[in-house]
Amino acid sequence: MKKILGISTLLVVICVATSVMNPQFLTAYNLQNVIRWTGLFGVISIGAAFVIITGGIDLSIGSLIGLTGCVLPLLIMQHGWSAPAALLVVALLGLGVGLTHGLLITKLKLRPFVVTLCGLMIYRGLARWLTGDQTQGFGQEHETLRLLATGKVPLPFVTGFEIPSPVLIMLALGVAAAVFLNKTVYGRYMLALGRNEQAARYSGINTDAMTILAYMICSTTAALGGVLFALDFNLIQPAGHGDFYELYAIAAAVLGGCSLRGGEGSIAGVIVGIAVMRVLYNSINLLGIDTQLEFTIIGVVILGGVTADELAKRWAASRRAAAERA
Amino acid sequence: MSSTTPLLEVRGATKRYPGVLALRDVNLSLQPSEVLAVIGENGAGKSTLMKVLAGIQGLDAGEILLDGKPIRIRSVQASLDLGIALIHQELNLCENLDVAANIFLGREPLRHGLIHEARAAEASRKFLQMVGLDISPRTPLHQLTIGRRQLVEIAKALSINARVLIMDEPTSSLTQHETENLFEVVDRLRERGVSLVYISHRLGEVKRLADRVMVLRDGENAGEISKQDITHDKMVGLMVGRDISRFYDRHPHPAGDVALAVEQLRTHAHPRRRLSFQVRAGEIVGIAGLVGAGRTELLETLFGVERPLGGTIKVRGEATRFRAPREAIAAGVALAPEDRKQHGLILESSVEENIGMAGWFRHRLAGGFFNRRRQAADAQAMIEKLNIKTPHARQMALYLSGGNQQKVVLGKWLALAPRVLLLDEPTRGIDVGAKEEIYHLMDQLAAEGVAILFASSEMEEVLGVSDRVLVMHQGRIAGELARSQLTEEAVMQLATGAETTTVSNL
Repeated sequence: MKKILGISTLLVVICVATSVMNPQFLTAYNLQNVIRWTGLFGVISIGAAFVIITGGIDLSIGSLIGLTGCVLPLLIMQHGWSAPAALLVVALLGLGVGLTHGLLITKLKLRPFVVTLCGLMIYRGLARWLTGDQTQGFGQEHETLRLLATGKVPLPFVTGFEIPSPVLIMLALGVAAAVFLNKTVYGRYMLALGRNEQAARYSGINTDAMTILAYMICSTTAALGGVLFALDFNLIQPAGHGDFYELYAIAAAVLGGCSLRGGEGSIAGVIVGIAVMRVLYNSINLLGIDTQLEFTIIGVVILGGVTADELAKRWAASRRAAAERA
Repeated sequence: MSSTTPLLEVRGATKRYPGVLALRDVNLSLQPSEVLAVIGENGAGKSTLMKVLAGIQGLDAGEILLDGKPIRIRSVQASLDLGIALIHQELNLCENLDVAANIFLGREPLRHGLIHEARAAEASRKFLQMVGLDISPRTPLHQLTIGRRQLVEIAKALSINARVLIMDEPTSSLTQHETENLFEVVDRLRERGVSLVYISHRLGEVKRLADRVMVLRDGENAGEISKQDITHDKMVGLMVGRDISRFYDRHPHPAGDVALAVEQLRTHAHPRRRLSFQVRAGEIVGIAGLVGAGRTELLETLFGVERPLGGTIKVRGEATRFRAPREAIAAGVALAPEDRKQHGLILESSVEENIGMAGWFRHRLAGGFFNRRRQAADAQAMIEKLNIKTPHARQMALYLSGGNQQKVVLGKWLALAPRVLLLDEPTRGIDVGAKEEIYHLMDQLAAEGVAILFASSEMEEVLGVSDRVLVMHQGRIAGELARSQLTEEAVMQLATGAETTTVSNL
């Protein structure tokens, strides 16, 4: 809990500052919108956190979102598949991609950066080729399916504010992920191997299997994210859909306390991390700052956040070291 | 003490780290052409004192005199300018550059603003000769063995006219031959008027080299021994501050059934050698040999880190073929690896987690859930049983001393009650007190019927702890010695490939 205190404070500060400067921020419409985006990006960030915790990286998330976001409407609208069958194919696609990444990284000892960078290019190209670069979508059909991403669930005793369904999906996924990571031996294996893969292996941990599992979790949540984004947007451009989303996911994980060296991170932190970025993006719009500066501002805030975190960590470490010597 | 002015003198050195006094009123004097050995347990203050001399750290109180004149050493550069050079345990050389470039790194002779390579090479020759290195200055560093690289580092120190050389555990990664060679270089440097401060855990070396021994204990001077009085017992006595005549106390136990049987085993390191031997329950078998003899590779193959190329391994009568350490562990085999910090421990994890880690799967709850209670209980039991000195079980392993870290590694395995315990250099870099505890533990485990196979480069350890010793030479078992036949000479003869003996199992 202590670990996410800093980032949570940052979130509160940005919320308060924005609402003071523009009361629009606190309207139900705006808040629903912000948390809906947080839910959508939260799903992919949770998956990315697993890979980062094992000390790896996945750069292909955005392209996989693009590919799955195209394949789903393509199968349903152009090939007349049923929605469950198409969803199954997308899920298998995610699992297969993750398995492939994991095998290449563990068995062939290729660098995660290289493997997933190639993935980034391959899946984007496939998405464009499969669709002939034609914009995909569901038109006015499949309203029920689209409720997965666009639906809203009313809160008891509260009127005028409803929870967007992606938020609920993210929370459910987040709880499952946090339990898995902290309470099962497999999650702890991932944390252990992220800190020192060799020592984990020498302690009898099946490090290859755990690494592969982490990449499968990441790609599968990316596929799920791809589905949700596609259902939400309803206009999917194969060349750009999901572009750079991996960077949001990685940045959220880092902001939320994951170490890129591996072995450290919490799911709650990642969710707060992505919330910070979505709120920040919202503030830029509400405060009338040039949207061209979006990335610059988010970049500066992340840089500031991780710098402060690093300094705080060093300070704590030196205090602790001093205490231990005493 | 001596009528001549000491070359280097430290008076009343005191250094306080937050919460701890690393040095308290420490005195040191070094005569010209003297080899002064500084010994002490880990944490005794040796490294701090050397860091002060090398300009890495400053003093809180006390003074340093060079040629009788007070000096201030504010930086590493200042220390070098004064002619004091520290040769680190881990060498500070660039592998991608050649020997001459390393010697003149940062001081390259220039011509027209570019490096004058020919002159650098020419100037290097003299210094290489001084350390007895007969190689071209243009040799890329990565082509040299560790021992030769160390000589390059010494040559580099000489090239800045170092008058005081500080060597920190210089032989820890050298072969026997390289060690001998280094001793000769040290002798030669002493004749040339260079003074040396020699830090080592290996008391045999200290005896061979030192003109005087200075002992530190808990950050204070514990005593000095002049050349004619240097004995092993005296050094150990001053280091630990108590009598440890019971240092290697072994009670041979009746050996039980064969716990580990190896036949015609071939490893990656020496694919053409075939190894066969057995270890019985309750037996402690040592593996002696020089660096590169294949001891670590043998242990790692037995533990499933590497797959064997051929042959059979039987654990308690059952033929096995481990594909990974987890399979070896499941069969009751455990390994405390040579590289404790890389392979034995997760330094950033707690003591509790390090002890519990290997048992997570075995003790898991229904549904794969983590059994925290079991881990906490196991960790507490091991902390007590092994006397692990840690403020609490949640302490990061990083902050423990080497001896306590090794106890954590052992605790991890003891919590799983292994039948075959493999130990690779079980006491490397560990202070005398903890060593004694580990030997005692090995003895106790053997009494409980565990089969122990350990590799060690420390002769005293091999001779003192083993029931039986396998001596390896270039990947093969050159001979086997029973406890009654164990002498340093017998082991060295086999280890250097002098003769082959076989002795029936006890």
